[in-house]
Amino acid sequence: MKYNGKKYIKKELLPFFWCPGCGNGIIFAAMTRAMEENNLKKKDIVAVTGIGCWGKADDYLTTHAFHGTHGRAIPVATGVKLANPLLNVFALVGDGDGATIGGNHLIHAARRNIDIIVVMSNNLNYGMTGGQYSGTTPYSSITSTSRTGHVEDGFDVSSLVKSAGAGYVAKTTIANPRMIQKFISKAIKKKYGFRFIEIISICPTHYGKYNKMNNAVGMIKDIKQRTINIKKAEQLSPKELENKIIVGEYNDQNIEGYIQRYRKKINK
Amino acid sequence: MMFASKEGRYFLQGNIAVGEAAIMSGARFFAGYPITPSSEIAEHASVSLPDVGGTYIQMEDEIGSIAAVIGASMTGVKAYTATSGPGISLMGENIGLACMVEAPCVIITVQRAGPSTGLATKPAQGDFLQIRHGTHGDHMIIALSPASVQECFDLTIQAFNFSERFRCPVFLVLDGIIGKMYETVEIPKRDKIEIVNRKKATGQPEKFQPYKTDEDLVPPFAPFGSSFIARANGSGHGIDGYPSADANNHEQLVYRLINKIERYKEEISLFKKFNTSDADILMISYGCSVRPAMAAMKKAREEGIKVGVLQLQTLWPFPIDIIKSFISKVRLVLIPELSLGQLKSEIIKYSKDIPVIGINKLGGISIQPEDILNVLYKEIAK
Ligand SMILES: Cc1ncc(C[n+]2csc(CCOP(=O)(O)OP(=O)(O)O)c2C)c(N)n1
Ligand code: SF4
Repeated sequence: MKYNGKKYIKKELLPFFWCPGCGNGIIFAAMTRAMEENNLKKKDIVAVTGIGCWGKADDYLTTHAFHGTHGRAIPVATGVKLANPLLNVFALVGDGDGATIGGNHLIHAARRNIDIIVVMSNNLNYGMTGGQYSGTTPYSSITSTSRTGHVEDGFDVSSLVKSAGAGYVAKTTIANPRMIQKFISKAIKKKYGFRFIEIISICPTHYGKYNKMNNAVGMIKDIKQRTINIKKAEQLSPKELENKIIVGEYNDQNIEGYIQRYRKKINK
Repeated sequence: MMFASKEGRYFLQGNIAVGEAAIMSGARFFAGYPITPSSEIAEHASVSLPDVGGTYIQMEDEIGSIAAVIGASMTGVKAYTATSGPGISLMGENIGLACMVEAPCVIITVQRAGPSTGLATKPAQGDFLQIRHGTHGDHMIIALSPASVQECFDLTIQAFNFSERFRCPVFLVLDGIIGKMYETVEIPKRDKIEIVNRKKATGQPEKFQPYKTDEDLVPPFAPFGSSFIARANGSGHGIDGYPSADANNHEQLVYRLINKIERYKEEISLFKKFNTSDADILMISYGCSVRPAMAAMKKAREEGIKVGVLQLQTLWPFPIDIIKSFISKVRLVLIPELSLGQLKSEIIKYSKDIPVIGINKLGGISIQPEDILNVLYKEIAK
């Protein structure tokens, strides 16, 4: 069955404010299709965002929404979910929002296994503020604040979230919209625990331009060439995996969520 | 829950009285990060909330705590947090978020000596200006401050009521003395306590506009999860909750957020007066500095010096009219406070030619009645 996610999209506000070629539109479309696939009612969804280009995703949703401060979508979502466990709570975060300024919230939410879904658009830089480096910008990359090449290494966010304790962690790229939909859909079905979906995206306007990757088409092609499935990756050496984007399910366990555990403990 | 289900007289710590009143107000969510001298409020919440179907969570820091409180509030649940000056510093940005999304919540600060970590276990009154101006941008804040354990209970109820009525964050301002002190508290019957709940959205859900206000400038509330689709937006937004960068809209929005409180200032301005009718010298104080002021007043009165005390229970919005009307009747104003004159800096804006003298102390030690009397005698002798 084909889904279009239309009922979740505020069509009066289209077109998106995102630049032509930006990866956010692909993630947005896949996410709303996953909502539809699971028959979620608009009133049962709360989309929580921070600040950033991807953080404007809630502007185009017809669901309940909370548009807050930079880096704080995950703790806001935590409060929403704990106060009303019946809701499907999504935190939509960028790599800056979710893994840099909000990095501490991310690892603690994963450790607690708080029952929310985090959809991270990782475009390897701060798109909204002009393409400065973030906590995921790779070594040697050029950004507006690392013009001679980035000094630091970037986080592998999915591995970080997995080791922090999240029950469901999946990573894919905007080159594979079906996989984005599949992972988000699976996360919705799981209902409990911290579910994290990282999507490697592109920011042609800044990151692409600084790193001379020409246009969006070229950037997606590059992503495709570097993508490798996690199952395959297990057989390769670190040397062979250099520069590769490892996609797939990093963790898929049915660990009790925070709310279940809390209820058990307080009812002792 | 510890006591609040039952009326009666209890010997309670100030922090615990706050916790009991929070539960009685209907609060069902607490998120916080422990800090002296406020931690008993978190501990109390962790024990008490589960008994009434509520939730306690200890967050990774105060930024996350206030964020979670705001998120919880938008589901329609009364939510609160407790901290001290260092935590208020971290909460700064999201206090503005609570103002902007119009999330009712209560933020308790139990003040300790700063700056920085300062004297972690010692009381102070140095958060007075921070709670008013700590977050950026033009806004208005309500702040209440108790001077006894009974007032800890009563003003906590009041803080939740104001936050619900005006859909805004409300500060409850204690200090290391009031929070840690034990006194007898009279807890009234549940039905004798007025509990205010936020206005609910009505009408057709499809037509609902989350920031469309009534006459009182406060928008009716729809919780996340209801068929009235709600949008909370910390960025400039129109009445539909969707973003707006329009200049006029921003001006109207900011004015409304201020005026919905300013307009009802008279009702919000709580105070107590002692021997003010015949006084020609007035002491103005709040929190832990009220008692030394009262003791000094008693001593001075025994000596025939006509001193009165004005105790501010509402710190913000600053009760300008009340201050003006009391000050205009006296020849001297003394302001004992455990900071270098934060309250005084506000009062001198309205005192005209009447001399205003601060009695200030650092070191985390309470002001003594003698500290006040020494200044009083010196001023009278002038
Ligand atoms: C406290 C605070 N610091 C800085 C900013 C400025 N700022 C806004 S968005 C952003 C980075 C956004 O990057 P990311 O989260 O990766 O999202 P993207 O724009 O790339 O989608 C920054 C630094 C802010 N809004 N608030
Ligand atoms: S700046 Fe980058 S991330 Fe932001 S909309 Fe444009 S392409 Fe997308």
